Amino acid sequence: MNKHVNDVAPETTDLSRRSFLVGTAATGLVLGYAGVPGIDPASAAAPATFEPSVWYAISPDGLVTVTCGKADMGQHIASTMAQIVCEELGAKWSDMRVQLASNDPKFNDPVLGAQITGGSWSTMMNFDAMSRAGAAGRMALTEGAAAVMGVPASELVVRDSMIVHPKSKKQMSFAELVKSGKATKTFTPDELKAIKLKTPDQYTMIGVSVPQLDIPSKTNGTAKYGIDVMLPGMAYGAVVTPPVRFGATVKSVDDSAAKKVPGFIKAVTLDDKTGTTSGWVVAVASTYANAKKAAAALKIAYDGGPNAKVSSESLLDEAKRLQKLEDSGQFFVKDGDPSAAFGSAAKVLEAEYTTSINIHAPMEPMNATAEFKGDILHIYSGNQFATRSGAIAAGAAGIDPKFVVMHQMWLGGGFGRRLDADMMVPAVQAAKAIGKPVKVIYTRENDMTMDFSRPLTYQKVKAGVDGDGKLVALSHDVVSAWPTARWGIPDFLTPSVDKKGPLDSFTVNGADFFYTVPNHYVRAIKNELAHNATPSGQLRSVAPGWTFWAVESMIDEIAAATGKDPAQFRIGLLDGKGKNDGGAQRLRNTLLAAMGLSGYGTKQLPKGEGMGVACVSSQERATASWTACVAHVAVAPSGEVTVKKLTVATDVGTQVHPDNIRAQVEGAALWGLSLAMYEKATLKDGGIEQTNFDSYTPLRMSQVPEVAVAVIANGEKATGVGEPAVTVVAPAIGNAIFNASGARVRALPITAEAVKGAMKA
Amino acid sequence: MPTLTINGRSLSVDAANDTPLLWAIREQLQMTGTKFGCGAGLCGACTVHVNGEAVRSCQTMVGDVAGKKITTIEGLSAKGDHPLQKAWIAEQVPQCGYCQSGQIMQAASLLAKNPNPTKEEVVAHMDGNLCRCMTYSRIQKAIMRAATEMRTASAAGNERRPT
Repeated sequence: MNKHVNDVAPETTDLSRRSFLVGTAATGLVLGYAGVPGIDPASAAAPATFEPSVWYAISPDGLVTVTCGKADMGQHIASTMAQIVCEELGAKWSDMRVQLASNDPKFNDPVLGAQITGGSWSTMMNFDAMSRAGAAGRMALTEGAAAVMGVPASELVVRDSMIVHPKSKKQMSFAELVKSGKATKTFTPDELKAIKLKTPDQYTMIGVSVPQLDIPSKTNGTAKYGIDVMLPGMAYGAVVTPPVRFGATVKSVDDSAAKKVPGFIKAVTLDDKTGTTSGWVVAVASTYANAKKAAAALKIAYDGGPNAKVSSESLLDEAKRLQKLEDSGQFFVKDGDPSAAFGSAAKVLEAEYTTSINIHAPMEPMNATAEFKGDILHIYSGNQFATRSGAIAAGAAGIDPKFVVMHQMWLGGGFGRRLDADMMVPAVQAAKAIGKPVKVIYTRENDMTMDFSRPLTYQKVKAGVDGDGKLVALSHDVVSAWPTARWGIPDFLTPSVDKKGPLDSFTVNGADFFYTVPNHYVRAIKNELAHNATPSGQLRSVAPGWTFWAVESMIDEIAAATGKDPAQFRIGLLDGKGKNDGGAQRLRNTLLAAMGLSGYGTKQLPKGEGMGVACVSSQERATASWTACVAHVAVAPSGEVTVKKLTVATDVGTQVHPDNIRAQVEGAALWGLSLAMYEKATLKDGGIEQTNFDSYTPLRMSQVPEVAVAVIANGEKATGVGEPAVTVVAPAIGNAIFNASGARVRALPITAEAVKGAMKA
Repeated sequence: MPTLTINGRSLSVDAANDTPLLWAIREQLQMTGTKFGCGAGLCGACTVHVNGEAVRSCQTMVGDVAGKKITTIEGLSAKGDHPLQKAWIAEQVPQCGYCQSGQIMQAASLLAKNPNPTKEEVVAHMDGNLCRCMTYSRIQKAIMRAATEMRTASAAGNERRPT
């Protein structure tokens, strides 16, 4: 388990450093944690200095505005946070509003201690804190109302933004109470912890599909994304990126032709000491159209650098070489002794699984607007990792990160791409160079060729089966670039079990599955060449997007080799023994739900059609949403695959918003399909070859199959839904192809050629 | 300086004739509901109407649309209450929402001509509009819902018409 997710249990969330304040300020009732350096709680409570900028505020008109510290990239997390607050506060949903937090540390995730959005962690890690914030507000309002009404607080009922005394029929609205200034209670951390939260049977909001607060603005053009930021006097930057993804340097820039473009201001060669970009130039002009013209007119000579000859093929060759070395990498799992077990096994299977480079390609191309105002650098950009990105922006400016204010915007898609801050570097350096605010907008070509992509992966899996057909040993090597190691934040790395230093668990999560296998090794091997040539990022579902491709394909291969039904074989392995107790049973039940919903094994399919199953514990062992898929495919003799239906079941513990969970699971499953069948990027001469949606081709409407989703809400803790369903689809499809045609595919994306080639003659 | 007729207003924009309409609308006239996605007519995020036809504003030059009637998402309805916009809310379509202006504008051009499209016609008409959040099935449902509402409203209007 990773260090940063050690503290998911609510009782261990770090409230100790903070004091929860409830007080009335001139602007309304403000609730939140006063953990901001330089503001002591006593002075913060005084209305004059109390800033309405913590978890939520109630204004004198009764509107409750929740400040969301998570990036909202379409998962409606801001609305979800408001819903959790609303449940305990007792507000009316139509009174709820949301706003997006700045990078002020007081908005840090209460569990993670930073502002980062990913891992499908947000609901899980903020549920308790938002619930307590809501409950504390309700208690403060109740006590205030009790004083005003002259009745015992215990006799008051809070509902729909009203505080009612049923006996006397007296009542006050939140608005009236805030105006009265009588809500003044302060909560110590211990008092906060002691608040008795509602039990699920008392919920009136959690579990209800309320209208998402951000949706109306996304139907009329008024939602503001980073790209929509307009500052007075702002200029525009268009970036020119080198033909090599990383490692090139600029030898010379000839701007003589650019100078003829109307409105051209300057060409700025980036001096990026953060190491985020290499060899970039930004053309600055008065309009974006002119900045683009100027960018096209620049004549730039490059030194291609050390990666100028690297290709997808050389990355794969290097991965294979590293995997063969005895002492490569570090161990993530080391149970028993697979080598010995292979020696005595009745049957040993070996297979290689690969995934291609993949590009995030959110619909909103990367962009950022930078403005220096006095000592403060203001950054406007939709970003998933304000804590680190603010530091990168500061590094680009040559200032201390405490002088950077990040203005969060709605994200036009994130999928992990906006964990990075590369777009801020040209904006900052251009703004600094010309002394004006600058908005930098990537072209789609910049966006695709400079993506922090999902790395190319190579996995070697070896399995040993005993005479009874029981899986007794599995060794699993995962070779890839290490996206998280690039961050330079030790807490996000994981100690290796063989004590060979930290490893990037975000390349191997999922390989520590819930099947009972007595002899099990997982080795994480860093492909240094790929790490340098294709700086990688976290792409929706991260490691489980490739580890389960290997694991769930191999489990199927073993079932086939031992003549067992692949679903029943999995159920046998999910026996819940030892460390797998609890999770294995939930995963088994989820698999059974997907089998039931799909009619797995109950009907004879036409020739050329088949069903395949897969089940996963994504994203991480400690934060799993138990997810299973049955894919139904038709395979033509040409090898062409038609996905007819995807049935996905997922155990999420507690549903905050059932409709949103279904939307996320369906979107994630279709991402899984898109990655399995339609998305492939390649590296040639150090550069990504795909530049736009003609050559990099995510799923379109005509390619959408029927998708059935079953959500299991069994009252356990709420888990994440944005990613897990991505990871289960590719292996389910691969296994269905095998079931339909006997062709085993081991490379993503799956092509008709590969399927035809794998068919038995 | 070209003059553009956008959402019923006549606006002059300081842009060369070969400036893509997209950038004139978004960055100069600051109507940011129309989105930039690919700059190559491959994704549909920048879809607007020119004389009622859905076009990709990234592929349409300012000089070619002077004097023509341009409609953006901001001008599709007075209060964001076009049947498609209402259906988009009813079906809770948007996730990140970035592509949805283009999706709605593309769909509006279909329903203006074909009030009773089949699923296949919807898919054929919408296939050029990418949604990276993969909200496709909800987009389809919302278009069908809006089409039903528009037909119902139209039928009701016909009934009330004096004979």
